[in-house]
Formats: sequence, structure tokens, C-alpha cells
Amino acid sequence: MGLIEEPAGQIAGGAIEFEGENLLELSRNHLRAIRGNEISMIFQEPMSSLNPVLTIGEQLAEPLMIHRKLGRKAAQQRALELITEVGISRPEQIIRAYPHELSGGMLQRIMIAIAISCEPKLLIADEPTTALDVTIQAQILDMLRSFREDRGMSILLITHDLGVVAEMADYVIVMYSGKVVEEGGVVELFEHPRHPYTQGLLRSKPVMNQRQKALYSIPGYVPNPLELTASCYFHDRCEHCMDICRERQPPLRELDNGQKTACWLYEKEAAVHV
Amino acid sequence: MSEALLDIRHLKKYFPVKSGLFSRTVGHVKAVDDISFAIRPGETFGLVGESGSGKSTVGRTAIRLMDKTAGDVHFQGIDLYELSEQKLRRLRPRMQLIFQDPYSSLNPRVRIGDAIGEALLDHELASPAEVREQVQDVLASCGLSSYHMDRFPHEFSGGQRQRIGIARALILNPDLIIADEPVSALDVSIQAQIINLFSHLQETRGLTYLFISHDLSVVEHLCSTIGVMYLGSMVEKASRDELFLHPLHPYTKALLSAVPVPIPKLKRERIVLKGDIPSPANPPSGCKFHTRCPFAEKRCREEIPVFRDAGNDHWVACHLV
Repeated sequence: MGLIEEPAGQIAGGAIEFEGENLLELSRNHLRAIRGNEISMIFQEPMSSLNPVLTIGEQLAEPLMIHRKLGRKAAQQRALELITEVGISRPEQIIRAYPHELSGGMLQRIMIAIAISCEPKLLIADEPTTALDVTIQAQILDMLRSFREDRGMSILLITHDLGVVAEMADYVIVMYSGKVVEEGGVVELFEHPRHPYTQGLLRSKPVMNQRQKALYSIPGYVPNPLELTASCYFHDRCEHCMDICRERQPPLRELDNGQKTACWLYEKEAAVHV
Repeated sequence: MSEALLDIRHLKKYFPVKSGLFSRTVGHVKAVDDISFAIRPGETFGLVGESGSGKSTVGRTAIRLMDKTAGDVHFQGIDLYELSEQKLRRLRPRMQLIFQDPYSSLNPRVRIGDAIGEALLDHELASPAEVREQVQDVLASCGLSSYHMDRFPHEFSGGQRQRIGIARALILNPDLIIADEPVSALDVSIQAQIINLFSHLQETRGLTYLFISHDLSVVEHLCSTIGVMYLGSMVEKASRDELFLHPLHPYTKALLSAVPVPIPKLKRERIVLKGDIPSPANPPSGCKFHTRCPFAEKRCREEIPVFRDAGNDHWVACHLV
């Protein structure tokens, strides 16, 4: 999205292609036309992402007036419809309310309403339900699923909750210290995790109705991002650590079933395939 | 009931809502509204509920960190609210509290060793010479090293800080530990370490826990008896197996079905509740859950359901059970 301000947010390399266009090469204006319109984003904390001194209606109407060139009246009308679409009753009242008057679950719905208002092709949802209670989380996830199905919208869901991933995702990428360590289809990844980190993550989560005596836990802590070396970043927490893991970083390789992993353990299997 | 370590009966805690020029009391938030349960020694009692259900207030009133509005709390047979301040203080080391965010409960300018040892000195349970050794012991049993003693809170990660929080509680050698969302702020891999530490400490020291959490999978893992709270009332209470295999209250059923499970192929029947949790300042009439309950009838809107034993020591407050 190019939302991290430069110089800290300067992208060191690579490309981000959206519908064949490299977003990094676009002009500011061109990028503005895409943000909030074709790609939109929802954040973990709706309270801090909404403007506290503008009413819900004003904030809902804003992207519609900018991207869709709707007049004030038409935008207000559309805002009312959007509020109803995200499952909030009394839209006439809500539209005049300020963010502090609504609950966390309601605000997250409003955020979603703003995000989908211009019918984006891609929705980036960064921990959209982490701050919410489980029953409210279930409502929000249900709603995201139905928008995906009804509008053919793609979702990039960023979360630490493996349960949410299993319920929502088709394809999963597992990251560790800034690197992709494994990726694959959701069923294969959960049934046959390859990377020791993914395996550890899945084993360390208590699962309802599958009680164990003691939980598996990955020893140690996540490394400090300033002290990373040329080794595999996971080597000091890994129970399969070999000499090569301390010396060189494993590349991300495709395995025979299409799953990809970055781990020296699978080097042979991957080499045959390549 | 003398066998219970902590026995809570008809506990109520109302917070006044003040308004206007002279701060007149215009109403009450019934954070805890008539709750009873008992915890046996060596048991882990799980208290589950969503935000605003009053579970943390139960934890705090249960050891008289806050005053109650009505009801009784007995700890080891002693009525906590009858005790003088002085006697209560002497009993304090026996019951300790662990918080969700240990960082905000640690003074950033006090070294960890001092922060852990200070309670021992305060309660005159050890001489200054003995403190260092005891702190070392407790750090070791919480998976930290003695060189950590001279460090400051900001030098620790979230998981380590929670270990420090546990060490601070543990050093007084308590009988009861009230843990308020102790693993909610931690990453899964670290969460597992802390959960295992809780189990290990219970086995080695015979601790009793009141474990407060919104995470049902964590509660199922750790607790032998579980109480489910909704808007200040307990709606269901049963042994772990009873509750997870045969939930009776519609709220418990919805809560269980709402927890995402990391098994992608699993297709579950899901009860998605409508609407938000009502404000505890203005709870619905009759059964407080009726506004979101998919099975609510006329009676649910009018009569408050009684919390009763439905057999097998499985308690539930619902007209339809």
C-alpha cells in the first residue's frame, strides 16, 4: 500500500504487481486512485483508525465522493445502505454518531463498510478480529466470507491466529523474522506442515476437544531483528538444527506437492524436483 | 463446604454511575450480579466470558482487592470481608494475583530482583540477607536465570515479563493464585511455554488457580472446573468434560462454536450470535442473554432464570434446559 512513510518505509527492492502494474513505479496520484478504491485496508484497531471528530456518515461518504465522484446526497444514501449491509440496524442514527459512541465490534463493521464502499478488488485485513470477542469475531469473519463470495473480492488476511487462518484462507504463507519459511494450500499446510517452525506453531496451540498432557512449546524467543546473521533465522530454536543451518540461509524451494518451504531438511527432496 | 479453599456466595459488585453537576448516582453497573462458586484446594477453576462480563471484577473482589456490594467470600474458612485491615494484610501472601500485562505492573526503574523480592521484605517473611537467595530460587522455578535479577523490565520480552509476574506472586508461597488473562497478550509459541509453566507449578507446589480468560481452548487445557459468565452473571458451571462435551446454555454453545479451530477440513455447525453484548449499565430484563439468544421465548424476556443443578453437578441458568 506504500503506507509506511519514507525514509523508513523505503522499499529496498522487489516489485509489487497489482493487475499487471508495478505499484512501486506509479506516481503519487495514480497510487491515490488505487488506494481505498481498488485496494483497501482494514486494521486491527478500528478506534484508532477512525477520525474521532467526524461522524460515521462523513467518514463513510468520503471515499465515495473522492473515488466514485458521488455528490453529498448520493454518498449519504449509499452510506446508509452500506451500514445496513454490514449488519447494523438503525443506520439513520449510526450515520450521525461519532466513533466513541459505538462498540468495538460495530466500529470494525464500519471500517469494513468503508473498505468495501468502492467495491475493491483486493481487501487487506490486518488482524481484523484480534481485538474482538469470539462471538463478535465469528460475525465479522462470516461477513468477510460472504463479501468474498458475493463480490468476488480477494482478501489478504494478516493474522497470528491459526484457527482464523484455517477457517478463512485458501492459501497460506508463514513468515518468521521477515522471511517466508513456508507456503502452500491451506489443507496441505495444516495437515503436513514441513518447516519446523510451522510444525511447532501448530503443535503449540491448544485445540478444543483435543486435550494433551503438556503443550509442545518452541524453545527460546523470536530473534532481535537487528541481530540477524547469515544463518537460518530459526536455527537456535529448531530441534532439527544441522551445521549448514548455522552457516547459510535456506532458499525457498518448491516440493513435489507444490508446497514451498525454506529449510535445509528438504533440500534433497526439493533438488530432485528442480 | 469447609473443604473449599475459596468459597464465594451470592457475590455482588455494583459500580455507581455518576452524572451531573453534583455527581449524583444515576444508576449502577452490575459488574458482578449474584455469583456463587467454590474452588477446592489443588483445583484450577476457569472463569470464561467476553469483555464486560465481569470476570476480572470477580477476581478482584474474591480476594478483597476491591470492596463488594453484597455476598460472602470465605478463604480457607475465613470470612475475608470480616477481617480487619491488619489481619487481611497478614493473609495477603496466601492469595496472589497475576495480571495480563506484567509490563504495566512493573516499575520501569526497579530492578527485577528487587521487584520480586520487595513483597518478601514488606510482609517481613525474610530478612534482607535471605531475600536474594529466595529470589534466585523462584526465578529458577519460573525458567529465568539469576543474572536476570539485576536487569530492568524493559530488557525482557513479553513471555519473560509474564514469568517475572508469576515469580512475584510465587515468592510469597501462596495457596491461591488468581491469574487474570495471563497468556492473552503472548504469541502462540510463547503462550504454550507459560501454560506449561502454570501446569508444572501446580504439580510441584500444589497451587490452586482461579484462571480468568476469554480463550476457551486455553481454559480447556488448564482447568478442571469452568464457569461461564455473561453480563455479570454465571450462566453455566460444570466440570471440564461436562462443559465441553455437553454444553447446556445457548450462550456456552455459541461461544464454543465461535472459537476458530486450526483444522481446515473440519466443518462445524456454527451458531453465530446476532448483535453486540449489551451494556452492563442497562442489562436486558429477564434472562440477560435473551436479546442475542436464538431460542428466546416470552418467558425469557420476563423471568430471570434460576441457576440450578441440572444433574452431574452441572449448573445452568436457562429456562429452556
